[in-house]
Amino acid sequence: MSQDFRLDNIGMVNRNKKISFTFNGKKYFGYEGDTIASALIANGVHLVGRSFKYHRPRGFFGVGVDEPYAILQLERNNERDPNIRATEQEIFEGLEVKSVNCWPSVNFDIGAINNFLKMFFPAGFYYKTFMWPPSFWYKIYEPFIRMAAGFGEASIKHDKERYEHKYEYCDLLITGSGPSGLASAYAAANNGARVILAEDKPRYGGSLLTSDVNIGNQTGAEWSEKIITELKSMSNVIVKNRSQVFGYYDHNMLVMSERISDHLPKTQKYLPKQRLWYIRAKEVLISSGSIERPLVFGNNDTPGVMLSSAAKEYMKVYGVLVGKKPLIFTNNDSGYETAIEFKKNGVNPLILDTRKEPSSDIITEAKNLGIEIKYSYVVVAAKGYKKVKSADIAKISDNKKDLSNIENIECDCICVSGFWTPSIHLASQSGNKSEFNEKIDAFIPKKSKQKENTIGSANGKFTLEETINEAFNKGYEVSNKITENNNKLSIPTVVEKKSTEHDKFWCVPLPKGKSYKRFLDFQNDVAVSDIELALREGFRSIEHVKRYTTLGMATDQGKTSNLNGLQLVSDIENKVVPQVGHTTFRPPYTPVSIGAIVGREVGKHSKPTRKSPMHEWHEKNNAVFVDAGVWLRPRYYKQGNETLFEASKREAKNVRKNVGVCDVTTLGKIDVKGPDAAEFLNRVYTNAWLKLPVGKARYGVMLREDGIVMDDGTTTRISENHYHMTTTTAQAANVLSHLEYYLQLVWPELNVNVVSTTEQWAGAAIAGPNSRALLMKLFPNTDVSNEALPFMGYKEADLFGIPAKIYRISFSGELAYEVNVESDYGNFMWEKIIEVGKEFQIQAYGTEALSTLRIEMGHVAGSELDGRTIPHDASLEGLVSKKKDFIGKRSLSRSAFTKPDREKIVGVVPLDKTTSIPEGSYIVKDPKAKLPNPKLGHVSASCWSVEYDNPFSLAIIKDGKNMIGQKLFAMSPLKNKTIPVEIVSSHYVDPEGKRVRA
Amino acid sequence: MLYIFCPHCGSRSQNEFAYGGDATVKRPELNKEISDQEWNNFVYLRKSPRGKHLELWHHISGCRQWIKVERDTSTHEIFKTYKADELTE
Repeated sequence: MSQDFRLDNIGMVNRNKKISFTFNGKKYFGYEGDTIASALIANGVHLVGRSFKYHRPRGFFGVGVDEPYAILQLERNNERDPNIRATEQEIFEGLEVKSVNCWPSVNFDIGAINNFLKMFFPAGFYYKTFMWPPSFWYKIYEPFIRMAAGFGEASIKHDKERYEHKYEYCDLLITGSGPSGLASAYAAANNGARVILAEDKPRYGGSLLTSDVNIGNQTGAEWSEKIITELKSMSNVIVKNRSQVFGYYDHNMLVMSERISDHLPKTQKYLPKQRLWYIRAKEVLISSGSIERPLVFGNNDTPGVMLSSAAKEYMKVYGVLVGKKPLIFTNNDSGYETAIEFKKNGVNPLILDTRKEPSSDIITEAKNLGIEIKYSYVVVAAKGYKKVKSADIAKISDNKKDLSNIENIECDCICVSGFWTPSIHLASQSGNKSEFNEKIDAFIPKKSKQKENTIGSANGKFTLEETINEAFNKGYEVSNKITENNNKLSIPTVVEKKSTEHDKFWCVPLPKGKSYKRFLDFQNDVAVSDIELALREGFRSIEHVKRYTTLGMATDQGKTSNLNGLQLVSDIENKVVPQVGHTTFRPPYTPVSIGAIVGREVGKHSKPTRKSPMHEWHEKNNAVFVDAGVWLRPRYYKQGNETLFEASKREAKNVRKNVGVCDVTTLGKIDVKGPDAAEFLNRVYTNAWLKLPVGKARYGVMLREDGIVMDDGTTTRISENHYHMTTTTAQAANVLSHLEYYLQLVWPELNVNVVSTTEQWAGAAIAGPNSRALLMKLFPNTDVSNEALPFMGYKEADLFGIPAKIYRISFSGELAYEVNVESDYGNFMWEKIIEVGKEFQIQAYGTEALSTLRIEMGHVAGSELDGRTIPHDASLEGLVSKKKDFIGKRSLSRSAFTKPDREKIVGVVPLDKTTSIPEGSYIVKDPKAKLPNPKLGHVSASCWSVEYDNPFSLAIIKDGKNMIGQKLFAMSPLKNKTIPVEIVSSHYVDPEGKRVRA
Repeated sequence: MLYIFCPHCGSRSQNEFAYGGDATVKRPELNKEISDQEWNNFVYLRKSPRGKHLELWHHISGCRQWIKVERDTSTHEIFKTYKADELTE
């Protein structure tokens, strides 16, 4: 299809590169540098979607971030991208887009029946129409509304694209590269400030690209090209296009999303799709410009009705005509610029100006060009369904209330200009309370809240001269504050046409007997009548009106609708706009993709994965891994077709019978050093530590101040003032913070230092009756006999030339040792143990077997020390010193903790000796009791006892000590199981602890 | 994201810190006889004012020092930060 609406001699797209793309399955051509919007308009396509509620035809309204209509679904690299704005998305070869919110097609949309049923969809319809009968809501109304709501469809596939995060610091962040952004960046950069200049569009220059002005004897476009080229060459400046600063957060932190690959057919190899910048700026200059304000009239949502500035930009930037018979409808001089541009390109426009007798340079120029102008004229209604075909126009009385001389004139587009709305969103997000400026009928920022200043048209400065002066001065002033340099540039002279004031008129009254829909919010189908209804129903606060009618919601957040909505409310209420106030602006200014927010922290990268030095060996030996905190630990080592249950049973049995080795590198390790280390441990742990001799280990329990067990582990006295503390894998980081808290804030007088050594040591637990025999072979030069290295003993030894530490401690209840070497030797140690251990039938065992061994021994772990238990509950009361004070001791004497029937840990065995008890089961007396069945406690951990070859569980139950021997029931409502059980001692195997001391 | 001045490291982003709560709490001395009520106040009662508040922050991804931060809880303005051993009374 030929590009019938493309102009030959104007625009900035690359005519040498033709690009094909498809829209709703049909192939079109555009040029490199076109957006989807400009390329479709060049092809004469104006119908691109259907509206949210009434499914009315939708075309293009703007040319950038404010676009409320042209929301499309994009396919790229087999990935779906919902809700992209056609006015921002650049075309590339092979791009595929389609319309949303229409079925079966944008041309014939069944949902358009809503347009004829609109009496059922008034403001707040979802609170009214679908309320009765109540039983219908869940099954009929909600699914229906959910199906009808929303625009694009999100993909449910995994997003394969890469998104990056970047942190940046700068002296000055400037948001927008229009005249004020360029001028201030130039002034500040030349004064030595480190500047970041962000532009959301592909091209720099903002309004300079489209307005007929002159700066320092150059056209606006030439001047901006010169400045940006110079800025790019400076080492203290970062210039970014396709980058939207969308959020202003605390302490001058701003977030910017950079679209790096969205305009390319495919993301390049070493580039991400998008990058999110976290920018901490010393100062911010908000130069985000302003957005043209629409005028409200009948059927003003018809495709072909658009902002006059958009029509001008389509011509000047893209070389595209939005229509060949344009009607310009304006209340100020801006519309004339568009009209003149049409005329220059050989198209005759008609201007309707709501003002009675305006006169200015630009009006004179328009007249001289022979453009037809009608004063005190308005558009009453647009005619045409899928595209503007004509317009009813009328003369309006001086008081703007009455229409006369209504006539129909032919046109194919209506370009509206209702003056300008400064984009104050970022200033507002920073906490700046805006104020209403009556001269421009819009809100502008007030006093700076954070380190921000707003300049240019975002600050209500609508002449270029004011803007350039303000920007050069602010750029110098702010940079001078930071760099203390005094390099002040001279401000170039500006030539622009003088213009007059706008007409305070935005909403055309309805002619008698007509009920045209006059839309305020184009994305959400909010019409004048909806606001009137909301006010009649008693809504007063603008925040309530917004939520009831959805005015200013959705993806465009009312960039074009807010002020007209406020004006209407204040007109009806006989108030002025500042009394009504505006709704709160919150980040993000424009939609941000979830991918950009998440960045690289997806899947396994949401947390770092930590691996022990022996990880590769585990992998080679068919380990099946399990997440243990941030660590990956072998759960079991699979042999043949073994299941988890079979493998763990084999591994555990081998520990009880021969010897096993387990990777315990993940245990938290903390070095505690200093002359007061013993005293410190004595305060941290519940048991006594002052008399622990050098070369001995001790098991300890630490509490929180509320008396709850925080962690347990063994600590070894390496030398006089040096202790090696171990913690559980999960609590390692918390314990270190806990120790630092007490050392730094509570007892700073103690001369002790703590440091994590978890990663410095690789650990292997060697457990089983053969472990000493194995140790003797591993350390032939060290005496590891029961006398020389007794239970809870410690020795330094030499492992084939590598320094090693041997701790005789046991988690499995067997005769056991833990050998530590420096991490780099971990693999060497492990392989030696396996090699030497062969003759003793050694097998590696994973966490599942480890659990089995500890459960049947009645050793407590995380499932018992669950943040609810005190030492007594876990049968650790023997470790609680009565003599000394320690963290949390005072809590233990509170009445709830000293009740005689308090929960206590017990063992649980099913009567049939075969049915495993699900973890989390309740222990009850009577399984048939009325609900809620009083529960005595819960099963905390279950295993298959390899010692007795039957299931065994640990449970924490009320008055546990006196329950031993009783026959009770374990109930699992989740698994729908009730199992008769007997309560036994938690020390199921070797209750006297003979083995560990053997 | 707040920008917190660590007295040991300089200004750093909030994500290097962990929040530690009310810094005005003082732990009762060891071995001191105190009532249930007094102990309860220490363990559980924390101030959470709207406005100026003295808080603990732990520079866990930095120098690992606990610091005291005087912050406005409604505006996030940070007035001053202190080392752990400052403002002990």
